[in-house]
Amino acid sequence: MKTLAREQKLQHLYWRAGFGIPFRPDQARSGIKSAVRELLKSSGQAAPLQVALPHSETTGQADAQNADMRQKRQRERQQGFVLLNNAWLQQMATSEAQLREKMTLFWHGHFACRLREPRFALLQHNTLREHALGKFPDLLQAISKDPGMLQFLNNQQNRKQRPNENFARELLELFTLGRGHYTEQDIKEAARAFTGWTYNPQGDFVFRARQHDRGQKTFMGKRGNFSGEEILQMIVENPSTAEFMTSKLYTFFVSEVPNPERIKALSGYFYETGYDISKLLEKIFTAKWFYGPDVVGSKIKSPIELLAGLQRQFEVRYADGRSPLVLQRALGQELFRPPNVSGWAGGRNWIDSSTLAFRLRIGPALLQDAALEVNLKPDDDTEPTAPRQRRQDGIRTVRAKANLSGLQQQMQDVKDREMIEALSQKLLQVPLRPETAALLTQHIPAGATHADKVTLLTLRLLSLPEYQLC
Amino acid sequence: MATNSRREFIKKSALASGMLLVPNFLHGLDRGGLSLLANSNGKRLVVVQLSGGNDGLNTVVPYQNDLYYKARPTLAIPAREVLTLQNGLGLNPAMEKMRLLYDQGYVSVLNSVGYPDPDRSHFRSMDIWHSASASDEYLSTGWLGRYLDSLSGPSANYAAIEVDDTLSLALKGEHYTGIAVQDVKRFFQATNDQFLKQAAQLHAEEHSHHQVDYLYKTLIDTQQSAGYLQEKTKVYRSKKDYPNGEFARHLKTIAELIASGVESRVYYASLTGFDTHVRQAGQQGNLLRELSEGLYSFVEDLKQQQEFDNTLIMVFSEFGRRVAQNASNGTDHGTANNLFLIGGKLKQAGIYNEGPNLQDLDQGDLRYSIDFRNIYATLLNNWLNGNAAGIIGGKTQLINGLI
Repeated sequence: MKTLAREQKLQHLYWRAGFGIPFRPDQARSGIKSAVRELLKSSGQAAPLQVALPHSETTGQADAQNADMRQKRQRERQQGFVLLNNAWLQQMATSEAQLREKMTLFWHGHFACRLREPRFALLQHNTLREHALGKFPDLLQAISKDPGMLQFLNNQQNRKQRPNENFARELLELFTLGRGHYTEQDIKEAARAFTGWTYNPQGDFVFRARQHDRGQKTFMGKRGNFSGEEILQMIVENPSTAEFMTSKLYTFFVSEVPNPERIKALSGYFYETGYDISKLLEKIFTAKWFYGPDVVGSKIKSPIELLAGLQRQFEVRYADGRSPLVLQRALGQELFRPPNVSGWAGGRNWIDSSTLAFRLRIGPALLQDAALEVNLKPDDDTEPTAPRQRRQDGIRTVRAKANLSGLQQQMQDVKDREMIEALSQKLLQVPLRPETAALLTQHIPAGATHADKVTLLTLRLLSLPEYQLC
Repeated sequence: MATNSRREFIKKSALASGMLLVPNFLHGLDRGGLSLLANSNGKRLVVVQLSGGNDGLNTVVPYQNDLYYKARPTLAIPAREVLTLQNGLGLNPAMEKMRLLYDQGYVSVLNSVGYPDPDRSHFRSMDIWHSASASDEYLSTGWLGRYLDSLSGPSANYAAIEVDDTLSLALKGEHYTGIAVQDVKRFFQATNDQFLKQAAQLHAEEHSHHQVDYLYKTLIDTQQSAGYLQEKTKVYRSKKDYPNGEFARHLKTIAELIASGVESRVYYASLTGFDTHVRQAGQQGNLLRELSEGLYSFVEDLKQQQEFDNTLIMVFSEFGRRVAQNASNGTDHGTANNLFLIGGKLKQAGIYNEGPNLQDLDQGDLRYSIDFRNIYATLLNNWLNGNAAGIIGGKTQLINGLI
């Protein structure tokens, strides 16, 4: 087995645990163990995402019948989601707390809610962020009382007289145990335990005792007057939850190809530590197999990983706030807009002929300050506009500026004949084949300056399918 | 097996530089000379999606029903303006051209189409229609994508074309996906980077890393399809007059692809803007006119090319709207809706089933009487020569006497 150079390993670690290593001149390089410790330390504190959302006097009114008012609120919501999206993407690109950003992204796809109100989306985001690296049971309790979650899964309609099972069903199927580890009856009984769990317009959790079913319930073989909190507790006491969660984390951080042996060992450890997320991640990132050839470069970057990575390494600045959302939607992953409660399917689902062609053009276009055009499908949930307006609006143009000087500086002392190898090692997580390297050589104009060569080669490397992997 | 013959083929193609590369799906070799259309008995399906939730009650109007007029004091279409069909139902006055199609026996109207536990979010409801899932089930593939999968073998790839820049879930399968082409020339230009073409050809011959291979394979397929479509459609230009607008232009593109002999069996196009919460009448009228006129030209075009009898068009929307109008002269998100089938060889043209029951509502919404998945199953089995059982989950029932 070929062992990777330390540099390569660090790049791998930072792509998986974060969004890549920025090209800075002062890069002190440590070993893997201390880099992992450093990652965890930098992500130790959870600072909430701060976004000043627009709100006029109409916001919060239960029903704006007036058409103009309604439109205004709609615009404000839309603007709110643009601000949220930009703020988080910026965090991913610049924050030192890379692991927290990455982990929050994982939870966003796990507890996937598509909310109408940006206020609620921000609240939920900060709940995920706060508990992202803590203990899973704490996160589970918190997210189950999150107003956005309660709204999205209709728990405000879950009442003693007329239970609504939506939350209970997804809780068991998608959030914790996974299919095959509970019965339909468990769903019904759990739903009863969550009756009366709702929220107020300010976004506080509210327990309505009169709507709560205090009766006896039988859940996973046990009888009692279980409360919602107790049901959540019983769920995490079941090792199936640890297995389900570990397997999902493995897919996200390690590989789409499951490795039952590794997952079993990890999930046992996760359970023993009381579901300590940081400890589990540390275990993964320090495992020898994490740097093996079946893992490194085996993951198709999600659209967010691709875009945040470009922004992190090339300081991409978009001409307007809409632009990054346009790219995200065209590529199939828009922050705060997961497709449904099961989140983004990921892996090869990101790829079809259009998204791949678009992905290959994005890097070079952004770095060259070239405009990218794409005709987007409408999103009537967030942006209903008049049809005529909509269609003139359909084609979106994306513009941005980027900065290659960091990379240029790192390449300063690299000789011409070593340039392709050096650059491809920095930019790609899979080895460049010699034939492709030879082809690249042909595409460098002979008289180009050192700096121009770096730029041209970078553009080419970013247009290769290899760049889509991490 | 499939991969091997595919690689063989790519190798051959890569060697034959300068020759027009024919994408696998259209390449006779891979299927022992069987052409794609032969696989579906020479038939093709065109899906037209009305995005935003079209108000079905003002599209196919129950103009003899007092409850309709009661629920919509200012939005109901007066009986005298309705383009009458049968059984107390008539079309929105903007749909004259659709009526012409109807009168020729080319249209079948299915009423109260929907699914249990309807979702009122545009996105989620469209997701359900695309994936053909139950409303508490989440699938990452679409019904037409799974149809492509079921064909098995490389020829299934790109048997479906969506006229747009991005691909809908409906056309994504586990192994095969359709392609999105808004404009053949643009698609060709966007995939015609010479460096990438050379890089892809280098990669066609060797395989080291499975994920890298997968991406290159997709890239090569895309480049080949783009080249093929560009070459094919060079020759034929539709002479038919189409109305203005993007939707009609997309239908024209489909007609040109069909007439050029492109063998794809599924085409997909959308008309957007049906989310009429406010001042609905004018907006919806314009859209329905655009729809009807576009479809009419499309049908005429296909007839001229002798391709209409092989073509079936399905027109659907993610949901209908509430029965009662709202306070802004519009309508809010509802549930069941009507769906059109248009074709030259319908077994039963006209109004297929009873109009919506306005007496028995579910909290102000229509109840569905036909599950859309049964329509899909019928199209797959009776039209596309597929096997719905492996494509549409749950228990489906074929709709008799339809096609």
